[in-house]
Amino acid sequence: MMKQRLGANIRALATGLALVAGVGPALAQQTDAEKEIEKYRAMINDPMANPGYLSVDRGEVLWTQKRGAKNVGLETCDLGEGPGKIEGAFAKLPRYFKDADRVMDLEQRLLHCMKTIQELDTADVVRRRFGGPNYTSDMQDLVAYIANKSNGMKYQPQLSHPKEQEMLAAGEALFNRRAGVMDFSCNTCHGESGKRIRLQGLPDFAKPGKDARETMGSWPTYRVSQSQTRTMQHRLWDCYRQMRHPVPEYGSDGITALTVYMVKMAEGGEITVPSIKR
Amino acid sequence: MKAFALTVVLIGAATGAAAQSPQPLDAAKLEPYVKSMWSKAGPEWASVLTLDETNSICSSTRNAPSPAEYDKIVAREKATIVFPADGNVIGDWKKGEIVAQRGTGGQFTDTPETYRGGNCYACHELAAKEVSYGTLGPSLKGYGKARNFSKDEARAAYAKIYNAQSVMACSQMPRFGHNKFLSEAQIKDAVAYLFDPESPVNK
Repeated sequence: MMKQRLGANIRALATGLALVAGVGPALAQQTDAEKEIEKYRAMINDPMANPGYLSVDRGEVLWTQKRGAKNVGLETCDLGEGPGKIEGAFAKLPRYFKDADRVMDLEQRLLHCMKTIQELDTADVVRRRFGGPNYTSDMQDLVAYIANKSNGMKYQPQLSHPKEQEMLAAGEALFNRRAGVMDFSCNTCHGESGKRIRLQGLPDFAKPGKDARETMGSWPTYRVSQSQTRTMQHRLWDCYRQMRHPVPEYGSDGITALTVYMVKMAEGGEITVPSIKR
Repeated sequence: MKAFALTVVLIGAATGAAAQSPQPLDAAKLEPYVKSMWSKAGPEWASVLTLDETNSICSSTRNAPSPAEYDKIVAREKATIVFPADGNVIGDWKKGEIVAQRGTGGQFTDTPETYRGGNCYACHELAAKEVSYGTLGPSLKGYGKARNFSKDEARAAYAKIYNAQSVMACSQMPRFGHNKFLSEAQIKDAVAYLFDPESPVNK
């Protein structure tokens, strides 16, 4: 029953999505388009219309599921706001964690909790870091669940600790680091506003602003073209693929540094996730 | 008094800059972050792990090299260009259109056999009939016609595609020939796409 309704709603979404994501801003003036966008916004927040909520629901189950050598759930995991406190945690990540003496993003922190609290062998979890047609991804689901618990809140970059400040500087440097057979950096495509690849608009991440706030505020997102809830980690994986760089290591400090930088550019951006994109 | 005012201005400027972007990180301090992402990558990815002199300067100066660095880059990159032995830089425009349209090759999901395209349309407008073009680079519509199909201009275009930084230091455009992403024949075909009077770029 839910599946049927989901299917119908996804089809209805197609028009709205084409208008929201596929067409250049110059065409977005029609009142019809505005109506579709309103409809789209309502659907994002409707768990019965947004398949991303299937990930949120699975993530909620995974949070308390007893696993690992210790056979316990993740309820005592501290995401920065205190053990087990999920509300608002995503809006303040990545951040410095005293117990690990490191800056961690949500993925790194979850893997840390799985290892230390559950004593779970995370090899399989990391292998399924991005969901595929025949399997779900625990990480995708947990990130969707936890990020969703910051809905309506604004990104608050945590930069009081020197290690957080170094991460920001490293992220900014990585954003501008040109390398590989194409000499590309993130800045090549995301260094100015109003640019596009083919017809696809490109968010500007070279400076703080609307582009960065709206982008970061809408990931994780349900990608209709991939039938998957995707996290920003997956988006970065895909960016590096197109940049002709090798696969970036999942849960690496480089990715966390980039995330610190992007969250800083998105400071004050409201979180509404999972969203739906084409 | 004047000195005091100047100090205030300088402090003000420095704080303003810090608020805009973080303090640039020393290249050596960045290394562990680079390694954290790609230390397991094979030798075919060497140019990602270790930057050449030009990428190193363009990265650290955020594509704004000093005038002296600029001239050094242009001179160095110019010296890398290998023109076709017979001097003919114009190939087949129909094959050039394929080079311009296709954006495959060199990605970690590709194989070494995957066709390598120049993906010109990702960033440039070319033929008027192709409406799906990007805007990261300038429009090249009517490129050859606007230059009277000049042989010297065609040779300059070959040089630009072979190594864009031989013309403009820290240009965002890939150094297609220098980095051995496109073959000599493909670059000639791309030049033909720009310079053949029959090419849709000039229609």
